[in-house]
This record gives sequence, structure tokens and C-alpha cells, in this order.
Amino acid sequence: MKNRHKPKVAFFSFTCCEGCQLQVLSCEDELPDVLSLVDIVNFREAIDEKRDDYDIAFIEGSISRQHEINEIKKIREKAKVVVALGACSATGGLNCLKNRFPMEEVQRVVYGDKAKKYKHLDTIPARPIDAVIPVDYYIHGCPITKSEFLYVLKSLLLGKKPEIPNYPVCVDCKMEGNICVFEKGMTCVGPVTRAGCSAICVTYGCICWGCRGLIDNPNLEAHEETLKRYGLTTEGVLRSFDLYGGWRSR
Amino acid sequence: MKKDVKINIHHITRVEGHGNVVIDIKKGLIKELKLEIVESPRFFEAMLRGRKYDEAQHIMSRICGICAVSHTSASLKAIEDAMSIKISRQATLLRKLAFHGEMLQSHILHLYFLVLPDFFRVGSIVPLAETQPDAVRRGLRLKKLANEICYTIAGRHIHPIALFPGGIAYTPKESELRTLRKRLEDSFEDLEATLVLFKTFKTPEYSEKREYLSLKEGGEYAFYDGDMASSLRYSAKPKNYRKIIKESIVPHSTAKHTRTTPPSPLSKSGDKRGVYMVGALARICNNFNQLSRKAKKAAEELALTPLSCNPFMNNAAQLVESFHCTEDAIKLIDKLLSNGLKKEELTPPSPLFKKRGGGTGVGIVEAPRGILFHEYTINKDGIVTDANCIIPTAQNLKMIEEDLRGFVPTILNKSKDEIVRNIETLVRAYDPCISCSTHIMNVRFV
Repeated sequence: MKNRHKPKVAFFSFTCCEGCQLQVLSCEDELPDVLSLVDIVNFREAIDEKRDDYDIAFIEGSISRQHEINEIKKIREKAKVVVALGACSATGGLNCLKNRFPMEEVQRVVYGDKAKKYKHLDTIPARPIDAVIPVDYYIHGCPITKSEFLYVLKSLLLGKKPEIPNYPVCVDCKMEGNICVFEKGMTCVGPVTRAGCSAICVTYGCICWGCRGLIDNPNLEAHEETLKRYGLTTEGVLRSFDLYGGWRSR
Repeated sequence: MKKDVKINIHHITRVEGHGNVVIDIKKGLIKELKLEIVESPRFFEAMLRGRKYDEAQHIMSRICGICAVSHTSASLKAIEDAMSIKISRQATLLRKLAFHGEMLQSHILHLYFLVLPDFFRVGSIVPLAETQPDAVRRGLRLKKLANEICYTIAGRHIHPIALFPGGIAYTPKESELRTLRKRLEDSFEDLEATLVLFKTFKTPEYSEKREYLSLKEGGEYAFYDGDMASSLRYSAKPKNYRKIIKESIVPHSTAKHTRTTPPSPLSKSGDKRGVYMVGALARICNNFNQLSRKAKKAAEELALTPLSCNPFMNNAAQLVESFHCTEDAIKLIDKLLSNGLKKEELTPPSPLFKKRGGGTGVGIVEAPRGILFHEYTINKDGIVTDANCIIPTAQNLKMIEEDLRGFVPTILNKSKDEIVRNIETLVRAYDPCISCSTHIMNVRFV
């Protein structure tokens, strides 16, 4: 049954929770079809096989250790197409929150004063993968949505360029018929955040936390003013912007 | 068998996260044995530092994709304990329901995607899609239903949304719960078929006495609430957990190791090194009598008793718990429906909290892989200033090494490939979640 012409797909994982890989495994209805269309040659979490000949590399996780830089460069050399899978990989994600402090301090507070002795606990500021290698396509979100993953995969298999939304979450939120969180006495960063999530966090009673990163031309100053008008302090505004924007706001 | 064997399994597959096994045997004796944890540490304490209390559960959920509901729940309980927030009965029931969704999703993923290939001696579920299509479809069906429990309550499983300080930010529709209930009833057929399948597999013979640590609660099989309880017959209130569990750094792991220090009158009978096991097997051995009817029957068929000391039986324990979670999920839905679902506001922090000038709280739950601890200190402005987390897999690391030490000498007559396969099967039986285990924190901010 091995089809010679099936594209070879690999999944790699760097610093992250591996939730985006799990989202791929959560495509329960579509997985059998996906497996009939591609050969998965590297997916440590689910399969034993490890091969180095792949066409498409999906990479989740941020880069946060020296040796990860070498590893991801090797992947780039081998892969024809590199796709950033999820927030940690695409924008640095939550991992960048640690960058607000010097690395020695970060290490000390977790592992204690002896941490310096141990090389294996060394860390560098967390960064998105495109800070290290060129990236062809991005799948945003913390976690990714199944539908966007399947859409991007399908586009790549058809030789098309996937179109990722470049308008704010507010558009999705309106389409869902949600009441604006600002009307409910809360604030969010939806007006500057890239849509494509169906505003699921607002639908389920919370706010937009900004996990899909900024749209291409966000009006951050105007939104900062809005947030302040709704009662946020300067620190509050900064917190809203840097939950998922730690790398960007350096 | 006095032979030399060198084993170096780089990035063991079908586990969550990055780990290596290194074993050096000279003349039949183990010279070196370690489970190296090479996952990149993520420093969650630094991420939490200076963040608002109602961001904490959002951030801490991201410790782990598989057990996101557990981390969120432990986090919420710690926040609510610190800020004296009491949530409604309805919110507690909904949270427990979401918890069952995660337990089922995690156990089914492990049994079908990670363990099943070992029994058929293949490298993944992919070839099984052709040779065992019914089993694979069944696994996917069960996993999908488990996910849908979480979708219904919390919007999604990986990084649940509606689980929020003060309760639940979303109220599901009664019709959604009814649909879910029907599907859970129907899923027993798939669980029974899973039981028939797993009964045919031979579990390796290996038994060593061990300490089991879990939650225990008077009223029910403990997942979401309870006190700490050990099979060595001591217990502790959640706020005293630091007196029982000690952590230390080891050079071959980015996850800290832990040991128990039982209260003094018991320490003589206990294991002096304090090696212990957490997870489904520990829970079943400690709380066997509280399992649901169908779960007890499944345990009987799988020859799983509260006296089991075989770590390979953890797979059976997961299957038994899957029955329990399904039955209990139905009960929870019945309770919710008979009470009638109401739209509720989130409970705000108690005014006492501000008056006290802040507070510290502990949240303990049973994650799929075992007992999970979160502890935060929150200042009067609602900012997190101090955090500590102890993760199930980190607690099992020493036990895994201990079991390898005991098990490997019994299989040295096999070929090297077989030895490696057996070692991987043992590590996998623990269902380790390595990316989780490196996010341990122990920190006091200034």
C-alpha cells in the first residue's frame, strides 16, 4: 500500500506543552483520510519511526535553548516547506513571559542557588522559530484550531498558498453573535488580534487573550487609549499586550 | 546471565515530551541506569510572576496539552483557596464533569495510540489502521466523545476556556448535556470491546512492593477533591503537602525528583528512600472500594486488585478508570439535569482577602498521571507573587528508575532489541508526561 508519491510529513516539537500536536491527533474524524494522503515519517509523540527525508515539517514550540538552534537549522535544511505550528512557534507565545527577567534569575527562582552548577538547566530567552530560521507558513493560536491545520495541510497538498485571516477577532466575534466584552465590564485585545478562531474564548464567557498574535497593521496606540478609558492602568495595558506578545514588545 | 549490555534509547517515542534511557550492564550487573529528562525547562514561575490572579489558570493550563483541565483545575483551586472564593454547587459539578472528559481522553489516547502498538508489535497506530481497523475506529470514537465532554463544558479540551476563578464562565444547554448522556451510555459497548481486546494481551510478570500516593475523599472516588493519602496508611491535609513531599535536583534531569517523608511514627515501616508511585494504579489501590460497579467488574476481569504491585498493570488501571469516569459522568449529568441548569455569575474574591492583605492557597487534584499540586501566594492587589507546583510524572521518575533496576535483570536472556522493547513498554506503562514534569516550580519572588 505504500505510495511512492505520497508527500512525507514530519512533526517536531521544541519548548512547549505539545498541545498543538495533540490537536492534530484530535482530528479523530479526519485522521484516517490524512494518513491515506501523506506519509508521516517523524512524530515522536505518536510513532516510533524517525526518518530524515521529509517534504513538509510542522514545528511546534519556541526556541529556548542553545542546542535547539542547531537542531531546528538542520530541520530547515532538510524540509522543503516549514510550517510554524501554534503560538509558541509562530510568535513565541506564553514562553516569552520569562524573558521579562534576566535568565540567571529565572533559573535561580525555579531550581534554587545551585542551578548555576548544572549545565542542563541553562536557558536562553524564548523566541519564535522565525527568529532562527525562515518560515514558509504560520498556523496561529494557543492551541491551533483543527480546522486551520486541516486547511493549511490541504492547501499545501494541492500546491496552493494558504490564506490566513488578517482582520481582527472582533469580526469573528460579531459573526458569532457575542456581546462585546467591553459592554460586560471587561476588556480584551481582540481589536488588534488576528482572527481565525471564531472568537471561541468570548463565546465561552471569557475575553480574547491575544493568542493568535497581532494583525499586520494593528493600531496599538488607539487600543491602548481604549483600554485606559475602560479603566486599565498602564501596567494593566502592558500585561494585556505582553501575555502573548512578549517577543514582539522587546 | 552474565553478559554486557549497553542501552541508549534516545528520545523514547510514544510518550509526551523528551526523555532518554541509559543503561550500562557489565557481566550481568547494572553499572549505570538512568532515565534522562532532556525536555527544555520552561520556567512557569517567571511567567506567573507579576501576573493577575485571573490570568494564572490561563497561563498554568499551558504547562501541558494532555492534562490542561487538571492544571487549570489545580490552579483554580489554589487561587480560590488563597482568595477565599467559594464556588457554586453547579460549578463544582460542571468542573468534575470536564475532569472526567480529560481523564477519559488521556487514558484512551494512551491505551489506543501509545500502548496498543506494543501489543501488536508495531511502531505506531498507523499500520494498525490497516490491520486492526475496527480497534482503531473504536479508539478514535472513544477519544472523540471524551473530547466532546470538554468541548461542551469548557469550549475545548486543550486549554479549556470556561473554567474560570469563581466558577464556570459558560453554562451549557440542557439539551447538550442530554445528548452527551446518551452518547456516554452508548459508549459502554466500545469500552466493553476495549476490555475484551486488552484482556487478550499478556502483562509482563513483575511485582515489587511500593508506596502509592493519591487523593482520598470520604464521599467518592477522589479526582477533584480530598486529602493526601498513602498506601503506607498515613494521610495529610492539602495545606501540609510540603511536609510530606521533598524535591531535589538531579544532574540527569531537567525535572526535579521527589520523595515522601512520612510522619515519624510511620517512617520505620515506610521506604526510607521515599520512592513512591502516583497515577491510575495508585488511585485504584488506595480507593478501590469507591470505584463504580462497572469499573469493579472490569477490574475483576483484568485481575486488578488493590494489592497489585506490578507497574505494567497501570494500563489496566486506566481502562478500569475509564469505566468509572463514564459511569460517574452520567451520574453528574443526571444531578445537573435534575437540579436544572441556571445561568450563574462568577463568585468574586472575598472582601476578607483584601482585608487580610493577600493570601496563600493550595490546589490539589488527581491528574490522569497522578496527584498534582499547585500553590500560589497572591498579594492584596490580586497579583501572583509566589508559586509552587509538583507534577505527577516528576514524582514517578525515581519509581520508574527503581522499576527498571528491578525489571531489566529479569530480561537479560532476551535479544538486545527485545530488551529495548521491554524497557520502552515499562516506561510507557507509566504514561509519562515529560513536557509537564519539567515545569516544576519552587520559588519565592522578591
